[in-house]
Amino acid sequence: MKIIIAIKQVPERDAPVKIASSGKGIDERDFQWAMNEPDAYALEEALQLKEKSGAGGEVVIVSAGPERVGSTIREALAKGADRAIHIVCDDLGERDALGVARLLAAAIKPENPDLVLTGLQSEDVGQGQTGVIVAELLGLPHATLILHVEKTDAGIRVKRELEEGWFQSIEMPLPAALTIQSGGNKLRYATLMGIKKAKTKELRQVSAAELGVDAAPMVTLEQIAVPKKQRSTQILGGPAKEAAAALVEKLKTEARVL
Amino acid sequence: MSVLAVLEERGGKIGRTSWEALAAALRLGNAESVTAAVIGAQTEALAAEAAAKPVAKVVRVEHALLAKYTADGFSLALEQLVREEKPGYVVFPHTYQVRDYAPALACRMGQVLIGDVVAIEEGPVFVRQLMQGRLIGNYRHSGGGPCFVSLQAGAFRADVLEGPAGSAEIARFEPTIDAGQIRTRPGEPFREAAQTVDLGSAQRIVSVGRGIKEAENLPLVQELAQALGAEIAASRPICDNGWLPMDRQVGSSGQTVAPRLYVAVGISGAIQHLVGMKGSQCIVAINKDADAPIFEVADYGIVGDLFEVVPAVTEAVKAAK
Repeated sequence: MKIIIAIKQVPERDAPVKIASSGKGIDERDFQWAMNEPDAYALEEALQLKEKSGAGGEVVIVSAGPERVGSTIREALAKGADRAIHIVCDDLGERDALGVARLLAAAIKPENPDLVLTGLQSEDVGQGQTGVIVAELLGLPHATLILHVEKTDAGIRVKRELEEGWFQSIEMPLPAALTIQSGGNKLRYATLMGIKKAKTKELRQVSAAELGVDAAPMVTLEQIAVPKKQRSTQILGGPAKEAAAALVEKLKTEARVL
Repeated sequence: MSVLAVLEERGGKIGRTSWEALAAALRLGNAESVTAAVIGAQTEALAAEAAAKPVAKVVRVEHALLAKYTADGFSLALEQLVREEKPGYVVFPHTYQVRDYAPALACRMGQVLIGDVVAIEEGPVFVRQLMQGRLIGNYRHSGGGPCFVSLQAGAFRADVLEGPAGSAEIARFEPTIDAGQIRTRPGEPFREAAQTVDLGSAQRIVSVGRGIKEAENLPLVQELAQALGAEIAASRPICDNGWLPMDRQVGSSGQTVAPRLYVAVGISGAIQHLVGMKGSQCIVAINKDADAPIFEVADYGIVGDLFEVVPAVTEAVKAAK
């Protein structure tokens, strides 16, 4: 089975966020970068599928973004992916979900994969649409929020998460596209051997222009701001002990919940 | 401009978040320009529910192949309806089901869904969260064709729909669907195990997130929960790691709670968590990051190292007894 995983590089969790002076973007200068966590789960599911199916399988990474994305791609290769395609573009933030999905679909199509996986959403923009649109552009059946994939004679059976603790099993033929929910597997770490091997694996770069995909967005991000508070929060300062005592006093006499 | 609101069925009735989406549709249009759509194999009861609201028309999108939700079936049916009705806006509740098919539906029409919208401002400008709720972005739709929008739970209040029962016209729309066009075969919904903990009825909850760092540190919050007589709960990553069972999870994929007291420890407050607890009467947040979005919904906050703050609060609670 040939599996393609679309991976996004995102700012590391808890990175301090600053708005760029244009007001239309995020100041990225101080960011550390990491693999989008749901995409890491998609990669894990793919690696396990390949291991179960025995010889002949291939796991291919595709990722779009500037040069820095290379480090995240190498991480995926170190964890066990076989090769990678890097769509080099500096304007990912200006593209809408359709624009990004078009880039990925154009790179994936000639590969003719059996399965396309990606995380259910990115941790930065959080649209949660890329995998579904890629499926639509490639004419593939799809399902979202998938925790587990099992190969059957006719195709695959997947476990889909519904709301409020419910699940559902869905069967579909291959080729297909899935978006993976976090938590279905334990994530593996790259081994030293894996990191060494990753350096020799194929990493092919292709530009957005070569893929013939333009950036004209339908939906534009006009302005970024810090959200307004929904409640007026009383911040209790001072050393931990003082703050704790003040909190308990407030909960007792003001909020009356103790 | 005309607005089409797509309502979703939940247990035989129209779900609450669909009414909120309808309220958003009325913000974009008015009672004369909003059409509500209900989808399924048998939609008479759903249509009657919708027709009592301030809408111009209710469309019953009916087909035997729509008895069970499939992304293919719903996309096909709604594409045909949207091409026929030609609305300026198509509005959905931002449910798991909508996330599954609305991006594909929009794509079929050369459009992009503006998903998970938390507010609609003059323009219209659609506000959605970025960076796990640390920032918000203002989005605008450009170009022709319908604008597809999904609304986050709680973004609009459904009570604007109350009032004298209306009597909107009910029309029927039968899409052309061939069984071969539906490529997935969905099974019946199931639960992993009988849910043992009903967090929904808890009066006090202490909830823990990524900030706890290691499973070995959990006793720290368990002691606080014990001192408060509270149930222990968690954000998704804690349950993903298997540190607490899945039935302790609060948020869009877990339980929705509204206790008198909710103490969020080391939880940054991603929207998926907030939707599950923001109805709590009193919210306390303990987090090292002063910019964490959890502080936007908190009544009381302590910015600091939870490994120092939590034991101090536990002691203070015990001392106050």
